[in-house]
Amino acid sequence: MMATIDLHVNREKHTIQADPATPLLYILRNQLALNGPKYGCGVQQCGACMILLDGKAVTSCMLPVAAVKNSEIVTLEGLTGADNTLHRVQEAFVQEQAAQCGYCLNGMVMSAVSLLQQNPHPDDAAIRAGMQRTLCRCGTQARIIRAIKRAAAGIGS
Amino acid sequence: MHNSRRNFIRTAGCLTIGFCLGGSQAYKSPTPLQELPPDLEQYTGINSWLEVLANGRVRVLTGKMELGQGIRTAIAQVAAEELDMEMSQIEVGLAETGCTPNEAYTAGSGSIENSAMAIRNAAAAARQKLLELAAQKMNVPVTELTMAQGKISLKGENRSLTFAELLDGKQLTDEIPSPVTLKARENYRLVGKAVPREDIGRMVIGKPVYVHDLRFPDMVHARVVRPPAYGSKLLQFNEQIVKDKVPAFIKTVVNGSFLAVLATDEYQAIQAQRLLRENSKWSDGPPLPKLSGKLLPDYLTALPVETQQVSKKGSTISPAGNATVKARYFKPYIMHASIGPSCAVALYEENRLHVWTHSQGVYPLRDTLAAMLHLPADDIHVKGVPGSGCYGHNGADDVAADAALLAVAYPGKHVRLQWSREDEHAWEPYGSAMVMEAAAMLDSSGKISHWKYALWSDTHGTRPGGNADNLLPARYLEKPFTGRPSGYSGGAYRNAEPYYSIPNQQVDAHFFSGPLRTSSLRSLGAYANIFAIESFMDELAEKAGKDPYEFRLRHLEDERAKEVIRKLQSLTRGQERVHTGMGMAFSRYENSKSYCAVAARVMVNPDNSAVQVQKMWAAIDAGEVINLDGIKNQIEGGMIQSASWTLLEQVHFDEQHITSRNWDSYPIFRFSQVPEVEVAVLNRPAEEPLGAGEAAQGPAAAAIVNALYQACGKRVRYLPIASHLQSVMKGR
Repeated sequence: MMATIDLHVNREKHTIQADPATPLLYILRNQLALNGPKYGCGVQQCGACMILLDGKAVTSCMLPVAAVKNSEIVTLEGLTGADNTLHRVQEAFVQEQAAQCGYCLNGMVMSAVSLLQQNPHPDDAAIRAGMQRTLCRCGTQARIIRAIKRAAAGIGS
Repeated sequence: MHNSRRNFIRTAGCLTIGFCLGGSQAYKSPTPLQELPPDLEQYTGINSWLEVLANGRVRVLTGKMELGQGIRTAIAQVAAEELDMEMSQIEVGLAETGCTPNEAYTAGSGSIENSAMAIRNAAAAARQKLLELAAQKMNVPVTELTMAQGKISLKGENRSLTFAELLDGKQLTDEIPSPVTLKARENYRLVGKAVPREDIGRMVIGKPVYVHDLRFPDMVHARVVRPPAYGSKLLQFNEQIVKDKVPAFIKTVVNGSFLAVLATDEYQAIQAQRLLRENSKWSDGPPLPKLSGKLLPDYLTALPVETQQVSKKGSTISPAGNATVKARYFKPYIMHASIGPSCAVALYEENRLHVWTHSQGVYPLRDTLAAMLHLPADDIHVKGVPGSGCYGHNGADDVAADAALLAVAYPGKHVRLQWSREDEHAWEPYGSAMVMEAAAMLDSSGKISHWKYALWSDTHGTRPGGNADNLLPARYLEKPFTGRPSGYSGGAYRNAEPYYSIPNQQVDAHFFSGPLRTSSLRSLGAYANIFAIESFMDELAEKAGKDPYEFRLRHLEDERAKEVIRKLQSLTRGQERVHTGMGMAFSRYENSKSYCAVAARVMVNPDNSAVQVQKMWAAIDAGEVINLDGIKNQIEGGMIQSASWTLLEQVHFDEQHITSRNWDSYPIFRFSQVPEVEVAVLNRPAEEPLGAGEAAQGPAAAAIVNALYQACGKRVRYLPIASHLQSVMKGR
């Protein structure tokens, strides 16, 4: 049942041994020791496990690893530039201090990156709609919205 | 502690070079949830609270945990301030047995008042001592010296000595004098400002931050198969199926009705858990009451109770009083519902148990694990590592106990246990359902003359506290700990006494033993009590023909209380919109801590009665501000969380067990539902700093229902609004 699978994660190729049905989340966290995507519910309801799959934010907790072997996967860690420069969204979250416990932050940042790719200048309603898949329990959503607006403002029109 | 490098990495205990409190601490188990006296009385030496490192940094030791409330940053601020250091030169060591002071629980909004203030004093004492040492060494008066960035130098000269050079490898063991000379407030560079949190910078780039991120060599993965009901017993299980189907299977661990599985791969551990659950038989256990939401208040008030008179002044309301206004309110069971389900890692090796946990109380947890495992507390080392926001006593201690049991059953390897979403929702202790009844009379000038208030509640505190009955797995062992979980009951009447001046008043609390497991949830009984009292104040204001602001101001003597209310009033002028109502509420948390006034603007859709909280405002007086942004963050978050509780939340159960198992069956606010928020902080630099983490929960709830009433003329007294508004609209 184990298979050898090649993955493209954060611009690097990784060869792993796993049951092909294993959700990508566990491969990323365990085999690849990445901290970005988090276990929140395992049933695609909270968004804590979001990654970028070929540029679009998707949940990884029910995504079989075999299904993504030809895709470009980017995790939170992969947003940071080679010279440690922050992605504009990461920077905006830091500037706005858009976290309390921070556990949801991965889902928020990855969703926001994806949202801004598709809509570089979203209004309030578009931001809320774009972030509907991610949950925050500490009540940091108001700051997260401000961070997204800040990141959007930095995008040249 | 062994010196070998391999052991150092494996146990990852105290990481500092300096002195570490070793051996057993004489831990006097306090009455559960009663705050220790100011922690300086128990830990009097400077080195209990801070250590000077050879690399020029200072490591501050706190017995508190970082829960996302920013305490780690606030503590670093006060230390950096007194020592004239930069934030980047301060490290904070979080609660760890044998290393940091025992400050019991990170709870009750006490961290600023206790830990941060102890550290402020310790750092100020360290400053004094270091200057004296430098003066001796340089042979000059103290007045000739300046201190900056971890060095002391002679004014106008290049000569300087670092703290480490001054101490020559030792630590400051001196007693912290009382009183100690603190830095003058007008010289503050850091305290009172919105200093950014360093941990957020690490979170955004995916650095390991949480207990969930811990990885150790050869670490194994565990999952527990929980019973189908509170009272179920394990009858049999088929281990062979799991062995056959799960290649990474290591073993099952069974002890009475505690059933768990270990595997070398996490996903396979999850599959093993599912297989075991499908292939095990359990007894039924006593059924839970079969109720719908509307029947729960009646069920609870009919239970046998123990009654306590909380307060009495003057004379009671005569039942025949025809000018009496009466109302009954209800708050359902609600969950912590942390985004990250609880997680722990444990290792049992060489007769020592090590536990990594996000528990709010590592020392009490250690004592409780000792009781459960029949091990000496001295042989147990518990290290606090941040988890996701927990908001009280959730599953963190239970999963640590699960992991500890498994580590002892499988010594020599780190055991990681991650609760599933379903585990967390179905087994964590909830915030108790409560029923509140208020009655009052107004005098001829429209002032409250008589007030009677009664509440019904289960316990608001069953933290471990040394009592293994309070640990979930302990109740299912072969030799179970079977006492009913018990602890602190005073939480039920937190804020039950009105802060208003009312000459005749009586407050009674009735304690029942309810069907669901309960413990501390942010603000304890204050959420329900303030929801009820502040709703009732609006009902009385209307009866008296007074504006809600003016009515409250008339009944208050405390100027600080009046100021937050007036500040809120000025913030919210002209904020009305079409199809909306504005409402407000006030409370002083525990009648002795932070003052918080909250307003809400609520829209009710005229076609479908959909309720939207559009915006919320708060005015908060938390005494001296340590971190301005930290307070704002906590109050914004508290309002949004309370709005979600108030609009949407209730724990559902059937005769067998809890049925709220995931985010579909226990919905919380999503982005489309979150209000805009605005917070004004009234800084009182000359007052004691007060914790702000729980101050907004109660007033936010009442502000929303009061606004709802203004918007549509319907008074919702039973929460959540989503369940009860329709029936209110239909006049039932």
